[in-house]
Amino acid sequence: MENFTKIKEKIYRGGFTALAFSSLVFLAGIILLLLKESLPLFRHVRFSDFIFGRAWYPTASVPEWGIFPLIMASFWVTLGALFICVPLGVGSALYIHEIASAQQRVFLKPLIEILASIPSVVYGFFGMVVAAPFLQKAFGLPTGLCALTASIILGIMAIPTVCSLAEDALSCVPDSFREASYAVGANRWQTLMRVVLPAAGSGVSTAIILGMSRAIGETMTVLMVAGGAAIVPRSFLQPVRPMTSTIAAEMGEAVMGSLHYNALFSIGLVLFVITLVFNMIAEMVCKRFRLKLGIDR
Amino acid sequence: MHEKMNAKMEAREINFYYGAVRALKNINMSITGNTVTAIIGPSGCGKSTFIRLLNRMHELVAGSRVEGHVYLDGKDILDPTIDAVDVRRSVGMVFQKPNPFPKTIFENISYGLTVNNVRDKDYIEAKVVESLKKAALWDEVKDRLKDNALRLSGGQQQRLCIARCLAVGPEVLLFDEPCASLDPISTGKIEELMLELKKNYTIVIVTHNMQQAARVSDTTGFFLMGELIEFGKTQDIFTAPKNKQTEAYITGRFG
Ligand SMILES: Nc1ncnc2c1ncn2[C@@H]1O[C@H](COP(=O)(O)OP(=O)(O)OP(=O)(O)O)[C@@H](O)[C@H]1O
Ligand SMILES: [Mg+2]
Repeated sequence: MENFTKIKEKIYRGGFTALAFSSLVFLAGIILLLLKESLPLFRHVRFSDFIFGRAWYPTASVPEWGIFPLIMASFWVTLGALFICVPLGVGSALYIHEIASAQQRVFLKPLIEILASIPSVVYGFFGMVVAAPFLQKAFGLPTGLCALTASIILGIMAIPTVCSLAEDALSCVPDSFREASYAVGANRWQTLMRVVLPAAGSGVSTAIILGMSRAIGETMTVLMVAGGAAIVPRSFLQPVRPMTSTIAAEMGEAVMGSLHYNALFSIGLVLFVITLVFNMIAEMVCKRFRLKLGIDR
Repeated sequence: MHEKMNAKMEAREINFYYGAVRALKNINMSITGNTVTAIIGPSGCGKSTFIRLLNRMHELVAGSRVEGHVYLDGKDILDPTIDAVDVRRSVGMVFQKPNPFPKTIFENISYGLTVNNVRDKDYIEAKVVESLKKAALWDEVKDRLKDNALRLSGGQQQRLCIARCLAVGPEVLLFDEPCASLDPISTGKIEELMLELKKNYTIVIVTHNMQQAARVSDTTGFFLMGELIEFGKTQDIFTAPKNKQTEAYITGRFG
């Protein structure tokens, strides 16, 4: 009998270990695939020409493989999205966590979560049908499908990520800080801006970085609303072609094993490295934050 | 205006509710200026509830409600037309667990001044030094005012919290179990400090430590289940309590 439970325990252990390591296997598999499919490109194209080249003409008779316009497009669109998702996301977190009454909280939190559950295609529709025509009229543009539209929609999409992570950071700030502030005669606004927010500061930065990495990796929406022109953007009102939408748009037409195919995988690799770096920074900042507040010390 | 002007603070017919739960029942207490008043009683009897009321910190608890009056120099501070911010500037509070902000030592103390719109840098600096001296912390931190306050020891942190409180210029100081998380030496320092501060301030302290109450206080109030059972000179309470329950508590037979 005793032997039997021991064996059972071993099986459980083994099973869970396998489960835990499976994600590692998937990760390794994906990285290997990315490397295997992207590296052949660099037998024909110099790495620096690939990253800094200003022309992306993969299907021209003399193809050019510069993804600088695509990187800049991703960068601009993400930056623009930050202007939307940081104030709105952090602001809603502050409101929900620090100001709202219990009844409002019960109502607001699920509402923001619903925002996260809308499929990105639907956001894309919204961008095409509502935001783009509006901006086209407002700025007198040839097309409303541009970096600004993509930024706005991506910004809205990243609000739930930023908000819920910022809220986590706020809930890590001990109530004793708030009490101490009120006890010396600070009002609610001063307590929020001068004690709570700074104490939650690096936690909130983590939220922002992860919101960015969410925005930079988003594909469907930008494919639908960013406009798609592979030029280095000089204004938010120009159509742009971020990395993700390039891959999505061209993968179907690229011949398997061709240079174009390899180049698209290389873009994927670059994107992967960028988000990896974002997530690592977020992780580091988050650790520092917990140390600063004396959590898990 | 209330006519009994000799009391620094006075609670009159206080009833306190957390939702439907009545946590304080008809409390009357008069606190003389420049004395230390100890509040004792078993856990959950309403000590914290009572002293938090004295600077309107109870307002932070949603769903709480108070009836009655608390007079400070004859003025009813529970009057809704009076700003809680003003009350808290006159009646400071130090908490059970030291709670410095994750800021520098200097910023911790200047915080109370800057939130109250003091802008004069020289004045702030002078106040910081003065408060640290009054809290008997100056010698230990004078060379490290720019250090993060969380690096101080527990006892130093608690004295920093006292200094932070003093900087705002209060007249009454409320201490809610200020030594509960401190070692005996730090506790001794805080007690010494209280006796010193008594000269210029009026002090109310909640404590679970009978010896501490006996050592530092002039007056003692014994709470039980939301009621003030006995209130009088510390010496009388500890040597000849009038109430059987007080006696039982003090001699350690319950609580
Ligand atoms: N925020 C709150 N909401 C609801 N009930 C509360 C709240 N705070 C305290 N109480 C209740 O009010 C009563 C008095 O609590 P209080 O904290 O004043 O006791 P105390 O004498 O300070 O106890 P201790 O010695 O453990 O600190 C207790 O029954 C407690 O459960
Ligand atoms: Mg208490």
